[in-house]
Amino acid sequence: MRINPRFTDKFIRLILSCGAIFAVSILVAIILTIFVKGIVNVNAEFILSNPEDMGRHGGIFPSIMSTIFLAALSILLATPLGIGTAIFLTEYTRETTLTRIIRFGIESLSGIPSIIYGLFGFIFFVIKLGFGWSLLSGTLTMTIMILPTIIRTSEEAIKAVPNSYRMVSYSLSASKWETVTKVVIPSAAPGILTGIMLSIGRAVEETAVVIFTMGSALRLPTSLFDSGRTMAVHFYILAREGISMDKAYATALVLICSILAINILAYYLMNKMIAKYS
Amino acid sequence: MEIKIKIDKLSVSFNDKQVLKQISLDVYSNMTYGFMGPAASGKSTLISVINRMISFEDGVKTEGSVWLDGTDVLDGEVDEFDLRRRIGTVFATPIPLPRSIYDNIAYGPRLKKRNERRNLRPLVAESLKKAFLWDEVKDRLDTSALNLSGGQQQRLCLARALALEPELILLDEPCSGLDPISTAKIEEALAELKNDHTIILVSNNTKQIARATDYTAFFYLGQLIEFGPTEKLFTNPDKQMTEDYIQGKFG
Repeated sequence: MRINPRFTDKFIRLILSCGAIFAVSILVAIILTIFVKGIVNVNAEFILSNPEDMGRHGGIFPSIMSTIFLAALSILLATPLGIGTAIFLTEYTRETTLTRIIRFGIESLSGIPSIIYGLFGFIFFVIKLGFGWSLLSGTLTMTIMILPTIIRTSEEAIKAVPNSYRMVSYSLSASKWETVTKVVIPSAAPGILTGIMLSIGRAVEETAVVIFTMGSALRLPTSLFDSGRTMAVHFYILAREGISMDKAYATALVLICSILAINILAYYLMNKMIAKYS
Repeated sequence: MEIKIKIDKLSVSFNDKQVLKQISLDVYSNMTYGFMGPAASGKSTLISVINRMISFEDGVKTEGSVWLDGTDVLDGEVDEFDLRRRIGTVFATPIPLPRSIYDNIAYGPRLKKRNERRNLRPLVAESLKKAFLWDEVKDRLDTSALNLSGGQQQRLCLARALALEPELILLDEPCSGLDPISTAKIEEALAELKNDHTIILVSNNTKQIARATDYTAFFYLGQLIEFGPTEKLFTNPDKQMTEDYIQGKFG
C-alpha cells in the first residue's frame, strides 16, 4: 500500500531541512565561539602593534602583514601560471595522451596533503636551494600547492564557454589569441575568480606548509629572505604551546573576518563582472 | 559582370566520407545566390569552405580550388584572418556575444583597426541601420545583447557581420529559427544589401530562396544538381529532381 504521498513529502522535507540546519548550526557555533572569546581582545591596538613576550601581550601586526605578503605573492605567481596552463590545455591542444597525463598529474597534485608540500618545500627550497625559512620559500611552496586548484577551476570555467562564441569571434576575423582574451576569458572570469578566491583562502589558512618553509619568526618580514609568521601559524603556536588562549582566539577572529571579507569582495567583483558581460 | 568566387571541381570529405563532390560554380559580384537542398546536401559545408571556418573541423580533406577575388582560399599560405575580414558570416542560430549591443557590433571593427583609435559610433549605427535594427535599439545600445528577442538577435548578428564592411555575405540558414515577421525583416535587409554586396543565402526554405535570390544552386547529397537563374529554376527546371524538391515531394 502506498503511504500517504502528502505525508511522505512533508516527512522528507523535515528530514532534509534538519540536515541543512545541522550543517549551518555547526558553522554558526564555531564562529560564535570564536567571536565571543575573541572580541574582547580585538581592538585597534591589537591589530596595529607588535607582539610582546612571544605573543602573550601586544598585537599581531607582523602576522597580518606576513599573511598578506604570502597570500598576495603566491596568488600573483600562481594566477598567470594557472590560467596559462588552463588556456593551453583547453584552447591550444587537442585531447591527446600528453594532455591526459598533464591533467592526471594536476588532479593528483590537488589531492596531496599540505604537509607533504611543506616537506617538499623544506627539502627543496629551504635546504637545497638555500633560501632558508623565508617568505620566498613559503611563497614558492604555496604557489605549487594552490596551482592545481587554479588550473582546474579555470579549465572548467573555460570549457563551459559555449563553442559558438569562439566560432563567432573567428568569423569576425579574430585570431586564436584575440578570441581567448576578448571572448573566452571574460566569459570564464567568474569561474576563474572563484578558483583564485579559494586559493587565497587556502594560502591564508594554511599552517603546515608555512611552518616548514616560512618559519615562524615574529618580526615583520622586510625582504623575500626574511622569515615570518602568518596568522594561522601564530594562532597554532599560541594555542599549541599554551602561550595565551585569549590572544589565540583574538587572532582566530581576525583570521576569520579577513577570510569573510575576501569572500564578500569576491562576490562583489563577480557580480560586477557578470553584469558587465551579460 | 565580374566573377567574385570561382569554385572549381571542389570536393570535400570528413574522415573519408565525401560531403561535396566535384562542385564547379561561378558567383558574380553584387548578386544574391541561394544554396538550397535537403539536410546533408553539403550546402553549409560549401559556405564553411569559402570562409575557411572548415579549418576548425577535424579530419577534413579538400580537393579542387575556391578562388575569391583571384586568391585561392584553400591555399595553406593564405591569410585566413584577412580573408574573414572580407566576408561577413551569419550562422543558423543567433549568437550574440555576452556584452552590450554596441560592443557586439564593434567587435569586428575593433580587431580590424587595432592600432587606430577612431570613433566607431557612425559605423555601428550604419551597420544597425543596414540590418533594419537601428530603430528598435538606438536608445539602448549599452544594454546587453542577450536581452533582445530571437529575431532581433539574428539581425544583430547580421549587423555585426556588416560592421566588417565585407564585400561578401554568407548566411547559413539565417531564418531557420525565426518567426515569419523576423524572417521578412532579414529578407528586407538583404534586398537592400544586394546593391553593393555579393550574398550567398543557404536555406532549405524554397520559398525564401525564390523570393530573395537572383541565382539558385540546388544540392543533393554533395552534388550540384542544378544551377541557374532563380526564375528559371523555379518555373522551368531542367532536372526532374529539382522540380520534385521545389514542389516538396522530398526534402
